[in-house]
Amino acid sequence: MNTLLNNSDLFITGFRNTLILFFFSAIFALVLGTIVAALRVSPVPAMRATATLYVNVVRNTPLTLVLFFFALGYPKLGLVPIDFTTAAIIGLSLYTATYVAEAVRSGINTVPVGQAEAARAIGLPFTQTLTLVILPQAFRAVIPPMFSVFIALLKNTTVAAGFSVFEAGAIRANLSERGEPALTGLLWVALVFIILVFILSALQRKLEQKWKVAR
Amino acid sequence: MSSILFDAPGPKARSRYRILGVVTALVILLIVGFVILRFAQSGQFDAKKWQLFTFPLVQQTIAQSVGATLSAFATAAVLSLVLGVLLAFGRLSDRRWISAPCYGFTELFRAVPLLILMMIFYYGLPTIGVQGITPFTAVVAGLVLYNGSVLAEVFRAGIESLPRGQSEAGYAIGLPKSKVMTSILLPQAVRSMLPVIISQLVVILKDTALGFIVTYNEILFQAKYFGSQIQYGSPIIPAAIVAAVLYVGMCLILAAFAKWLERRLSRKPGAAVTPAAAVPAEV
Repeated sequence: MNTLLNNSDLFITGFRNTLILFFFSAIFALVLGTIVAALRVSPVPAMRATATLYVNVVRNTPLTLVLFFFALGYPKLGLVPIDFTTAAIIGLSLYTATYVAEAVRSGINTVPVGQAEAARAIGLPFTQTLTLVILPQAFRAVIPPMFSVFIALLKNTTVAAGFSVFEAGAIRANLSERGEPALTGLLWVALVFIILVFILSALQRKLEQKWKVAR
Repeated sequence: MSSILFDAPGPKARSRYRILGVVTALVILLIVGFVILRFAQSGQFDAKKWQLFTFPLVQQTIAQSVGATLSAFATAAVLSLVLGVLLAFGRLSDRRWISAPCYGFTELFRAVPLLILMMIFYYGLPTIGVQGITPFTAVVAGLVLYNGSVLAEVFRAGIESLPRGQSEAGYAIGLPKSKVMTSILLPQAVRSMLPVIISQLVVILKDTALGFIVTYNEILFQAKYFGSQIQYGSPIIPAAIVAAVLYVGMCLILAAFAKWLERRLSRKPGAAVTPAAAVPAEV
């Protein structure tokens, strides 16, 4: 308990940065992932191919490598300089977007065929069929997998600790500089993560109840 | 190409799609071209930066780091499959004093970030006097605890998605529960959950890269080391490209193997009829 109380400044800044990483990456990943999923079912072959290539390549690349590239490689390219937090958010978003895209696509597949047929029968073009009819229903169906993607994202933010972002994963290094026991600090970090994951799961159950599809 | 989401294109739509296709291709070419141009302009393709990777000794070291990644992956994969089966059986046990701890165990280790687990093993345990924790043990132990818990859920979902008649038939011919589980339910569950199991194995392979942070001598760790050699112009981007090719290649081989295995298994008569339940792999 003392380790936590005497170093509450470290824990608070650490987890604040973790939550910042989480929220921004979650929003960007949700938007990008939905677009990619839409591209994957679009009628234009080139768009489908692009989205499939993106998903297949990034899903087979370790997150650590993605962050490695953005945190250490990108500055060498002489483009607009970005700080480590931004680099981590870009990396996390690009990585998580592929998982969001797969979740949304599986949701699109669960929407009954009749829905899309009805939309086409009243003359809606593809974009409207997708945005007005299919996606709203697909999102409701994919709340559980979507939340496990976001829980994974929350846990993945710790990887950014290896790339000079001060967040929850980096608390240990700072604690040992102050001579605090590493194990106690790490166990506290783990406990906070368990609580955060628990909150997200509770939110998931609530949303599932609220947005249940009546069929 | 028929899809339920759009009508078969007529002549107008077809020309529109063609234009959109060309536009997409142009945008992609523009982005890729810009990246390559930037790489070239900032000298990432200079021979000096790649020279390092032509030395036999360096290539040997890279091969060793691939070996390190693969040995961590193989050990962790086998052990997490075993742990997953044990935990799944535990959770399905009729005795509460077995099922409750197994439930707690899976929930606990799925909620803790893998990196924190590895750090607990690598930095935490030695401080309370646990000896002989190498980076390898830390990486493997973290991977096994996390992925074992995830796989336990996968196996359990697979077993529960089987028709009830399967276990009932087993009991009817007088098999004990352990026998029903191991010789009737588990083989079918594994078959129907194979895609999910394989994608979880890909996750294990990718997550070995976290060993980079707890100083395990794997591909990414070597890449960073070579990338920071100043006398060769700190070729961090060439090193990242080499690492990316190795990782994506290994994952694609694993995925191809999975596809082959799936086809082979589904060819057999009496293959499981239940499609894989929608349990997504944990990232």
